[in-house]
Amino acid sequence: MTGLPILTIITFLPLVGALFLLILPSHKGDLLRQAALTFATLTFLISLSLFFGYDATNTDMQFREFIPWITAFGINYHLGIDGISLLLILLTTVTMPVAILSSWTAITERIKAYMFVLLLLETAMIGVFVSLDLVLFYFFWEAMLIPMAFLIGIWGGENKIYAAYKFFLYTMAGSVLMLVAIIAMVYYGYTQLGKVTFDVLELYALDIPVNWQRWLFLGFFFAFAIKVPMFPFHTWLPDAHVQAPTAGSVILAGIMLKMGTYGFLRFSLGFFPDAAVSAIPYIATLSIIGIIYGALVAMVQPDLKKLVAYSSVSHLGFVMLGMFALNVQGISGSVMQMLNHGVSTGALFLLVGIIYERRHTRMISEFGGLTKQIPIFAVIFMIVTLSSIGLPGLNGFVGEFLILVGVFQEHAGYAAFAASGVILSAVYMLWMFQRVMFGKLENPANKLLKDINFREIIVLTPFIILIFWMGIYPKTFLDKMEPSVQKIVERVESRVDYWSQAK
Amino acid sequence: MINLVWLVPLFPLIGVFINGFWGRKLPRSVIGGLASAMVGLSFIVAVLIFFDLLRQIQADHHHFYHEVHLFTWISAGAFEANIAFLVDPLSTLMMLVVTGVGFLIHVYSIGYMDDEPSLARYFTYLNLFTFAMLLLVLGNNFLLMFVGWEGVGLCSYLLIGFWFEKQSASDAGKKAFIVNRIGDFAFILGVMLTFSTFVNLGDFEGNALNFYDLFQYVIEHPTAIPTWTFSLICLLLFLGATGKSAQIPLYVWLPDAMEGPTPVSALIHAATMVTAGIYMVARCHVFFLNAPDVLAVVAVIGVVTAIFSATIALVQTDIKKVLAYSTVSQLGYMFLGCGVGAFTAGIFHVMTHAFFKALLFMGAGSVIHALHHEQDIRNMGGLKDYMPKTRWTFLIATIAIAGIPPLSGFFSKDEILWYAFSSEFGHWGLWLIGAIAAFMTSFYMFRLYFLTFHGECRVDHHTKAHLHESPSVMTVPLIILAFLAAVGGFVGIPHVFHVPNLLHDFLHPVFAEGTERFMHESHGAASTEFLLMAISVLIALAGLFLAWNFYLKNPKWKEKYESALDGLYTVAYRTLWNKYYVDELYDLVVVKPVRWTSERVLWKFGDGVVIEGIVNGVAKVTVFTGQMFRLAQTGYIQNYAVSIVIGLIIVFSYFMLK
Repeated sequence: MTGLPILTIITFLPLVGALFLLILPSHKGDLLRQAALTFATLTFLISLSLFFGYDATNTDMQFREFIPWITAFGINYHLGIDGISLLLILLTTVTMPVAILSSWTAITERIKAYMFVLLLLETAMIGVFVSLDLVLFYFFWEAMLIPMAFLIGIWGGENKIYAAYKFFLYTMAGSVLMLVAIIAMVYYGYTQLGKVTFDVLELYALDIPVNWQRWLFLGFFFAFAIKVPMFPFHTWLPDAHVQAPTAGSVILAGIMLKMGTYGFLRFSLGFFPDAAVSAIPYIATLSIIGIIYGALVAMVQPDLKKLVAYSSVSHLGFVMLGMFALNVQGISGSVMQMLNHGVSTGALFLLVGIIYERRHTRMISEFGGLTKQIPIFAVIFMIVTLSSIGLPGLNGFVGEFLILVGVFQEHAGYAAFAASGVILSAVYMLWMFQRVMFGKLENPANKLLKDINFREIIVLTPFIILIFWMGIYPKTFLDKMEPSVQKIVERVESRVDYWSQAK
Repeated sequence: MINLVWLVPLFPLIGVFINGFWGRKLPRSVIGGLASAMVGLSFIVAVLIFFDLLRQIQADHHHFYHEVHLFTWISAGAFEANIAFLVDPLSTLMMLVVTGVGFLIHVYSIGYMDDEPSLARYFTYLNLFTFAMLLLVLGNNFLLMFVGWEGVGLCSYLLIGFWFEKQSASDAGKKAFIVNRIGDFAFILGVMLTFSTFVNLGDFEGNALNFYDLFQYVIEHPTAIPTWTFSLICLLLFLGATGKSAQIPLYVWLPDAMEGPTPVSALIHAATMVTAGIYMVARCHVFFLNAPDVLAVVAVIGVVTAIFSATIALVQTDIKKVLAYSTVSQLGYMFLGCGVGAFTAGIFHVMTHAFFKALLFMGAGSVIHALHHEQDIRNMGGLKDYMPKTRWTFLIATIAIAGIPPLSGFFSKDEILWYAFSSEFGHWGLWLIGAIAAFMTSFYMFRLYFLTFHGECRVDHHTKAHLHESPSVMTVPLIILAFLAAVGGFVGIPHVFHVPNLLHDFLHPVFAEGTERFMHESHGAASTEFLLMAISVLIALAGLFLAWNFYLKNPKWKEKYESALDGLYTVAYRTLWNKYYVDELYDLVVVKPVRWTSERVLWKFGDGVVIEGIVNGVAKVTVFTGQMFRLAQTGYIQNYAVSIVIGLIIVFSYFMLK
């Protein structure tokens, strides 16, 4: 790859922006906001060139950059993306300006630090998606935690310190096991290849014995499963979401949860295909429990943010289930659902944030009959709600249905259980919507509510466009990812064939 | 013209955009006119397509279906769902009904909703519904049908809960959506089973979601797929149909749906959406005929629903509730028709029912409009003098639904009953139950008619002073529908009369190939058919006669029956009045336990105690261990020295003893 190191630029432009903020005066709030927004928007615009430049017919990693770094340990600055990481990067770069703009009036203290942390977070998140070197990956992976923990711990709600600790320690515990697994794998690579390498593509070529694979898979499993979060590792999520500021919740739900699923896809399936196949029953079971359990618990939440948080557990259950169908429909649906969840849940958190900013409460019982008072908000809220419950024509359906089709072909029983989530999501979302938006406007505090303003409409617009675009013409996205998905499936299948023949 | 079929759903969609975005700024007179005009345009295109299709079929009768591909919607591997339309006699007929009756109801709504502040929202939803319904009937594959299927469900939800400030309305909307989702759950499983069955067949080359690809394959390879697969597919699809078309066990949402504005009840909950299930079963008749067990289920569920809800309708006093249960009952007849393999008869009843039931609802709406939202027939009566047009059109519809010849309902209902008796999948028991339900239909409909329009006027004085016939924007659609309800049956005159059965001939290419292997011309004798027909007519007249005596001529008869049956009557009456307590049962068995389990067991205990207990337990153990070690950090040199000595002794003794 010659020419501009485009991935480096996209990854580190937010960091440059963060450093630039440092030289600005801290009392000039608007200037800081504008600067941060400019950098995030610029990153988004540049990332669009990836979309147009990406060649979907080529299944190799693209836009690769390779700079030797610590050669003695086989650690290199190695970047590259395939169709899946491409889409997740775009999700990240489109979410960040939205997150910044959504904090425009909500965050009034320590604006400089806040924007700094957000931009830092963006670099770390993009870094995770572009890394093709395990050390680099692990570095970005861990780097993500710190800004997010600050975001919750400083700008969070009443119980922010507890939530920040819980988030940090919980995810950290998982990551440590992953580190051990990485080192063990590299050691195995050393015995087989005769050299130390942390290069993902070189490690893909390893032929790891199945019993090794199982242990290594387990090591990675905790790191990713906590991040997803899969049942029963999900209890940090409701706390983190409830305490985090709106932008924190949007980023957490929209992007950071995808780190776990992306990790499974890129590393667990890539390195340990045999272990992955033998893990199917366990993962599927946990996913299905997550789908149903998350939905049922979401149904009875009195707090809007908790409801959305538990609904994430349910949606991410779908993502995991589809991925471990290990066929084209299942994995495509899974990736699609990652994007969908980012868009729909991101938008839901924004909407909750909008009324929270006005009423300083998220309790469902405080609301009721808001439609008459804030009609534009109501329309957007309705669209997002419908997208979340997977109405055909909107984005949620495409992912959900592909997942179910994929799973059904492998194991109809799993699909049948999972599909019950379709009923439950309608139950909890519509019941919530009814209690918040329908009925008579009785609470006097709500009679002063102002409808959504111009800035807030701008904030929501990208997500609303995506909700329709991905629902009506998902081909734009499916075409980009299909060859990469195909490659993963072929790899797993070839391994499985190899072992079944060896028997 | 057929290639322009996409125009048909496009027009209402344009209406959605215009009224949705700018409706609040448009003058009120424009909003309804625009929405109606859009559906009117769709109707015109549909008519042109109809004639085009007729011409093409006449030229070459193998060429009866056309597919118009727009774009690929979702594709992943072998899975490809297209946005593509299917024009064949079945979809064309449905398209005509949806746009034609839909247009009349749009126009009627202009009058009925004249004092509604959220007019733009109303017409946006109504147009959106029409759009979705057209996708449902025009989609050439299961997935696009499902888009329409969910889309109409959404519009139904939005329109039932249109007056969302009313708790009962928003409850009813939510209930409709959720109950429908239960059906949809089964429906998508059926679609997925279809897909995965066909995609794994070696010699299937078509698209495993596309109707005609699937059906042609099944017709050409009748034994490629085991019967149990078909049975499972059809059972799942049919369960989906019971949701949308309000059959046992999922009918419970439809009576509640009457919370919506009355034109909505006419359009969605009588004429079009609720017939989607029948359309789907008829569309998939090739599958269903390969699953005779499931066909029997369809027939039995249909006829049981027909009589079950007819009994409830006997005692209801809300004019719309009577009509709602009547709709459930009539939909049961349509399924009975499909279940005995008489798909044409089922579709025929879809059509005639669209005419007379839409008319009944709109007539009821006209009454409700005049009485300022009074819906209880106990507070009506004698309206015939005040609202002659409404009365006469309502009477025509009542005669039609009661099955009195020569109005339309007679022909379609009689055809269903005849096939229920004579078809290879039929049974005399099905006929008998259907006939008894027909008697009840006649009785409760005339009861409704007499109590509303005859007898003394029980309307309060204040309202009575303002009683008036509805404006012509409402009555003209009534008159047009009354005409259709009166003569609509002539397109399907029974074969025994030796005149061409136009509807049957039109639909023949759709159903012929699939049914050939299973069905032969009905084997009943002409004399039997005439006899049963005579019985049908007598039954209908008996219902009329009894209702006339009970509620108009000799009210003492009714009292005599009541006292003769005494205790039994009270129990039966109360059971029916409370709709067999089915809602209460569902609440007790499903809703409450699920909510309780979710809150108490899963959330408070599962998450709160078990998982959090473990997580926090780990944290506490860590802290505890840390504190234990901290105890050792005393800071006194002597203590450390002692530790070193003890440690050395242990190490040395280990090596010595080894």
